[in-house]
Amino acid sequence: MNNLGFSAICMCASLVVSCSNLTLRPDTLPIEAPATSGTGGEPLSILVAPTDTTSMAEVKGGSYVPFYGKADSSVMVKGFQMDIHPVTNRQFLAFVRLNPQWRRSAIKRIYADGNYLAGWQNDSTLGYGMLEDAPVTNVSWFAAKAYCNAIGKTLPTVNQWEYAAMADETTRDARARTSYNQHILSWYEKPNTSGLSVGLTTPNYWGIMDLHGLVWEWTEDFSEVMLSGESRRDVSTDNSMFCGSGSVGASDLMNYAAFMRFAFRGSLKANYCVQNQGFRCVSK
Amino acid sequence: MMNRIKPLLGTLLGLWLLSGCTGTEKDADRKSTTPPADIKAVGQSVAETTAPPLVPKPVGSREATKLIVNMEIMEKEGEMADGVKYLYWTFNGTVPGSFIRTRIGDEVEFHLKNHPNNKLPHNIDLYAVTGPGGGAASSFVAPGHEVVFSFKVVNPGLFVYHCATAPVAMHIANGMYGLILVEPEGGLPPVDKEYYIMQGDFYTKGKNGEPGLQPFDMQKAVDEHPDYVVFNGKVGSLTGDNAIKANVGETVRLFVGNGGPNMVSSFHVIGEIFDKVHVEGGDLINKNVQTTLIPAGGATIVDFKVEVPGTFVIVDHSISRTFNKGSLGMLTVAGPENKNLYSGKQTDGIYQPEGGTIQSMPGEKAPAAPKAANLAERIAMGKMVYSKTCLACHQENGTGIPNAFPPLAGSDFLNADAGRVIDIVLHGKTGEVVVNGAKFNGVMPAQTLTDEEIANVLSYVYSSWGNKKQEIKPGTVAAKRKH
Repeated sequence: MNNLGFSAICMCASLVVSCSNLTLRPDTLPIEAPATSGTGGEPLSILVAPTDTTSMAEVKGGSYVPFYGKADSSVMVKGFQMDIHPVTNRQFLAFVRLNPQWRRSAIKRIYADGNYLAGWQNDSTLGYGMLEDAPVTNVSWFAAKAYCNAIGKTLPTVNQWEYAAMADETTRDARARTSYNQHILSWYEKPNTSGLSVGLTTPNYWGIMDLHGLVWEWTEDFSEVMLSGESRRDVSTDNSMFCGSGSVGASDLMNYAAFMRFAFRGSLKANYCVQNQGFRCVSK
Repeated sequence: MMNRIKPLLGTLLGLWLLSGCTGTEKDADRKSTTPPADIKAVGQSVAETTAPPLVPKPVGSREATKLIVNMEIMEKEGEMADGVKYLYWTFNGTVPGSFIRTRIGDEVEFHLKNHPNNKLPHNIDLYAVTGPGGGAASSFVAPGHEVVFSFKVVNPGLFVYHCATAPVAMHIANGMYGLILVEPEGGLPPVDKEYYIMQGDFYTKGKNGEPGLQPFDMQKAVDEHPDYVVFNGKVGSLTGDNAIKANVGETVRLFVGNGGPNMVSSFHVIGEIFDKVHVEGGDLINKNVQTTLIPAGGATIVDFKVEVPGTFVIVDHSISRTFNKGSLGMLTVAGPENKNLYSGKQTDGIYQPEGGTIQSMPGEKAPAAPKAANLAERIAMGKMVYSKTCLACHQENGTGIPNAFPPLAGSDFLNADAGRVIDIVLHGKTGEVVVNGAKFNGVMPAQTLTDEEIANVLSYVYSSWGNKKQEIKPGTVAAKRKH
């Protein structure tokens, strides 16, 4: 058994018994997600905070119908602050300089796999051609969480992230708009966007940038809505593997842009470091 | 499927057969009676995998073994047709993915790698796998990761594999499919040439032929209205220089799959009859078949002997797809003519339903047709000739068909030399021509038209679709005809 508790198998085993406590179960949804247990714990050393230079934007609370769950079950999301762009290479570099336990050479495999900060020349130098203002990628969930915690913030929950990211430039919920989905889908056809600078796109309704079109982003409870990887089986509504039933239960079947986001989250474990994935932080 | 005889009894029977049989025993009698699941795998090797249209070497008489298959998933841009770009999702960088060749009883150790630059997780479902999701549940893999799972192949046949990650239709529509062959013990009967073809349907935002990088269109996929139906991932993958080849007298075997996601294929080779078809890729053999159905997510094996030289066109006989959406390939057969089997055109006579006998008609003595009095009339009459004679291939607006029939619209080839064009209409043309930078390598037959008709139709073509407004006179055609 994987001691991280983040493999599909482990999560599912726990889902079966604790479905009613699930963050994303539509009918018993707490307002705020509790931190997930069973993550294996972070390195115990005290984290030193780098200077946090990222502006945040206020996301006003409200309710929304999540992509997973019953079509008529809306979820309340409390107001929160969100970084207006993903954490950059420059910011993460400062973090690892101050916190040697998070350097590439010192990291334990249970906290970050072999792709951790792949592309950097060494512990404290970016790779050739890497922009300081590009989003940091190839970071694990543990590393992302440690960074946010060091500066007194947290990773966004899936609900917070999805709620903020369903906005386009002018509306809070643009998910039904063709242009909104086109924008997301066009990203799949652009190779290697992870090397571009943050903050070059138009801010959305909340004043937040780059939620779509640059990199995937970690969420606090990414593993609680699972696509098992066997997507056809995920369709069955009596599937105990996850509580918001699968593809059939999706609130908008044609929103395949979101399908891919959830499929991607479902393929991850907390120590994975992915070339096209970064993160940003939120606070209350 | 499963031989129910107990292994011990089978061994005894085998011994009896060996001691009591003469040299005339059938192959089948020599086959082991071990149930496939109990066949021992001896040793191990890395599987040879090939890009289409090639296949790995036959298994022949080798024993079952442990076979390591390496497969890398790459999301990469390719060309769907001339000037049409598409972001393909691929197994080993090709559409269809690499061909995997195994024999019954093999233990396959499958390594599925998702390239770090990829944006999406993927998996693989192999129909040759006996297990949940055909391996999909065990092979879900994030970008930058590799998963390993193993399975034993226990049913002979030709099987499809494909990606099964949500949204499944999109992963398949982007090219994530291929074939895995499980040969029976002792292998399939040997043939001279083997090739790998797989049909797929593609859905783009723009219409067929619209240039630029074309995004995938989920709505069209849901509506099952493909813009492209092609062999091996693109228009022209099996035409011209890419045609598959054989020589007169050789036996050809095609391993044909249909990745879909939605279309069913009516697989046909124009000018050949399949001597033998493994219906749906399974054990059932049908003989002397003209067209065989391949379901979406299905396959077939066809064997035939090529007896005469020429170009044999490979199609999905839902024929609009062939001429308008790209499902056209070619098998080029080289070698001596065989007039006993095929004569070529022998006579071309007039047919009179009133009861006149069929009489030979040299071109000069064509029945008197109306003559055009001026250019406008010539163009109007030419248009009628065009729609009867030329439109089927060169299309209503002279656009032609990419990789099959050259365009006449805004054609540099046409505008460069009218004399050459008249020659082609009179005498036909075989071989390569380059029109507006695109190569065509086909056959245009000689047209049985009068000088007047040729003059009219070419005047119409030259006056249309941005060509150079040149009038062709019947006298010019007549002079060319005498050469």
